[in-house]
Amino acid sequence: MDSKVPKGPLAAKWTQHKNDINLVNPANKRNIDIIVVGTGLAGGSAAATLAELGYNVKTFCYQDSPRRAHSIAAQGGINAAKNYQGDGDSAYRLFYDTIKGGDYRSREANVYRLAEESANIIDQCVAQGVPFAREYGGLLDNRSFGGVLVSRTFYAKGQTGQQLLLGAYSAMNRQINRGKIQSFNRHEMMDMVLVDGKARGIIARDLVSGKIERHSAHAVVLATGGYGNVFFLSTNAMGSNVMAAWRAHRRGAFFANPCFTQIHPTCIPVSGDHQSKLTLMSESLRNDGRIWVPKRMDDAIAIREGKLKPIQLKEEDRDYYLERRYPAFGNLVPRDVASRAAKERCDAGFGVNKTGEAVYLDFASAIQRYGAEEALTHGIKNPDEKEITRLGKGVIEAKYGNLFQMYEKIVDENPYETPMMIYPAVHYTMGGLWVDYNLQTTIEGCYCAGEANFSDHGANRLGASALMQGLADGYFVLPYTIGDYLSKDIRTGAIPTDLPEFDDAEKTVQDRLDKLMAGSGQNSVDFYHKKLGKIMWDKCGMARNAKDLQDAIDEISALRTDFWANVKIPGKADGMNQELEKAGRVADFLELGELFAKDALTRNESCGGHFREEYQTPEGEALRDDENFKFVSAWEYKGEPKDAVLHKEELKYENIELKTRSYK
Amino acid sequence: MKLNLKIWRQKDAKSQGQIVDYPIKGIEGDMSFLEMMDVLNEELINKGDEPVQFDHDCREGICGSCSLQINGEPHGPDRLVTTCQLHMRKFNDGDTIVIEPFRATAFPVITDLIVDRSSFDRIQQAGGYISVNTSGNTVDANAIPINKHDADEAMDAATCIGCGACVAACKNASAMLFTSAKVSQFALLPQGQVEAVDRVQNMVRQMDLEGFGNCTNTGACEVECPKGISLENIARLNREYLSATTKG
Repeated sequence: MDSKVPKGPLAAKWTQHKNDINLVNPANKRNIDIIVVGTGLAGGSAAATLAELGYNVKTFCYQDSPRRAHSIAAQGGINAAKNYQGDGDSAYRLFYDTIKGGDYRSREANVYRLAEESANIIDQCVAQGVPFAREYGGLLDNRSFGGVLVSRTFYAKGQTGQQLLLGAYSAMNRQINRGKIQSFNRHEMMDMVLVDGKARGIIARDLVSGKIERHSAHAVVLATGGYGNVFFLSTNAMGSNVMAAWRAHRRGAFFANPCFTQIHPTCIPVSGDHQSKLTLMSESLRNDGRIWVPKRMDDAIAIREGKLKPIQLKEEDRDYYLERRYPAFGNLVPRDVASRAAKERCDAGFGVNKTGEAVYLDFASAIQRYGAEEALTHGIKNPDEKEITRLGKGVIEAKYGNLFQMYEKIVDENPYETPMMIYPAVHYTMGGLWVDYNLQTTIEGCYCAGEANFSDHGANRLGASALMQGLADGYFVLPYTIGDYLSKDIRTGAIPTDLPEFDDAEKTVQDRLDKLMAGSGQNSVDFYHKKLGKIMWDKCGMARNAKDLQDAIDEISALRTDFWANVKIPGKADGMNQELEKAGRVADFLELGELFAKDALTRNESCGGHFREEYQTPEGEALRDDENFKFVSAWEYKGEPKDAVLHKEELKYENIELKTRSYK
Repeated sequence: MKLNLKIWRQKDAKSQGQIVDYPIKGIEGDMSFLEMMDVLNEELINKGDEPVQFDHDCREGICGSCSLQINGEPHGPDRLVTTCQLHMRKFNDGDTIVIEPFRATAFPVITDLIVDRSSFDRIQQAGGYISVNTSGNTVDANAIPINKHDADEAMDAATCIGCGACVAACKNASAMLFTSAKVSQFALLPQGQVEAVDRVQNMVRQMDLEGFGNCTNTGACEVECPKGISLENIARLNREYLSATTKG
């Protein structure tokens, strides 16, 4: 695998590379078409910037508007090495934290570039009018996230993703208004079209009319997000899917590290069988919330049976297990560590809700601390406890009000009065299409940005880094690197859509739709999706072992056969049909899930979000194996997922010494 | 819980629609409204009927996809929530619930409960942006301090999710709350000043072209807005518009 990382010292690589690569002159850009699939942070920002540069851009999203892409749901913040707090932050530290947080499974050069560009993102977004939180002096405010020792996270209440996405959407709108972006909403990419081995277009389905359409371009950018919905229950949007990436994979793009999945520690627990999705409670809450379960088993049982309330439990009867196990980082350990610790306590029988799968996230001491501080700064002498609590709640509300409200609406409990209940849930996928330094996949002319690619987060992503990566890829990396490729296309002219390659791809799509509609009609799509999700969660979730993974492979393969024979899709394909849309997505999850399990089975080590029970220290910490597994797994499609061929990209660490990750 | 659902069914944009009765049982208070719809659809599919189609995506109240008119109110009886965050505990056993799409000339029905809200996108395209290129060399983000109060107010306006509840709630089907939220966000920030005159005029012009009605200050939009966007934004838009038109 050639990662095409430029030579030279780490800090100079990106600048040097930008100086070395070819450019396309403005007049020629007008003759070049680019398709961008997905309009979240990565796709939206890439589309806007490419159009601004002069290329003709077509964007595609399955939602009714680009503004609804799931980046909108990111809550907590975006990292940037601005060092506004003067706490010793730098691009190098952000780079170091990200590599370490990713458990030494990401590519050094890509991560350094990300850290370098992070500061530009904040400047760009402020210039666009993104209303980040500010201090009274009018300057930008920061908060801390897990796995780091500085405050480098910028935020807009608990709606940072929304504000950044609306920023990218506004930049897109400016270009739509100029006629430089054509936006195809309620459209889904069904296949990629390759001409002479190069990505030259896509087959899309108009989700309203059901019409199959051909779209050609000189390059195709996939920015279609992650595949967390393979677990059925996740914090992803209902429509989030892997179809575009998987179709590209089937056409030759290698799929990297599919088993690297992030299980986020602070989500609202499952309430019943009807559950359709899970809701995240931002990691920013761990700045102030303390995580605990009862110390004694009888208290845990009493709480589960509703005989005891958490606020009745004395301080000494509580086990603040993260503070106990990881004194240096405490409640702000990285997500994979926090999730496993919660699972460990619940598996040991200390869970606090009916199902025994929940722990407390408690704001009582933060309310007291802030209340006392407020009383002091407002000159209130000898405040009583009530006054302090009132003031403290005010501070918490200003910081996390919308999250607390969201929690109360869902759970019907007031988190200002009683601790929140949380449990880990699937949230993000570090794996994705393999890309080189230029973000190009193994298909020439097919680029991949944001969560959909694998490149920056290794085996575990740090909080507030997804927004950073999406925007860095879209605003600052891809628009440059793609020019180098397109510089060879200035004489090509428009790509016709009547080529035999388009005929073939369209026929493949049509046949697949016909086959889906022809199922015998035993079970709904959700029936299969839920079954797949259960296999994934039970056998490929927070802890994995060889036997379970092998079982998962067999079970998913059998489920896939059953699906194609017996799925039931009502209605017709020639109009809006949401069941048909779901079916196409679940069909691809049924292939990806098997590759996921196979990847996890191949990786005989524990690292980041990938925890193999066979490989752990006596204290239950992950046991990484750098000697044998310091590589990126890049899978080549060969028919059935079981036949996929493994290619390895060896990771070289020239600037960071590999260490056992410790947050103690 | 047993419920009697009365749901708007419409095959496509050209067909006539009608209300159809669907009795349903086994609904729990912990279910969200859309999870209740999932239960209904699973039943319909298993019976061989076509499920009810409705827009939804994030199911955590931020994407703005879901758009149901429930018993005559956009997003139903609860306040400051979208349909996906509305929980069945807000209803009682035996209730009749009428479920319709958001109604407005500028939101034509596509099928069942799904409407076309692309008119909102076109209003944004007319001026809902600041013309700044992605260059990587804009000024440092802290170069222009912004008064915290203004920044917070801009943020409050910017939290609009573009769901269209304001339009559906308004007897005139006016999009003033939606349009004013974006105008306000930029009017409150120094970055927005340069294009302020053109922005407000272009966005208002597009809003009128799309067929939204006029604002008569009834305030229904503010009451039904799941994000609590304030009516003050409409006042601010009016000030901006007046000042823009007098400036020429």
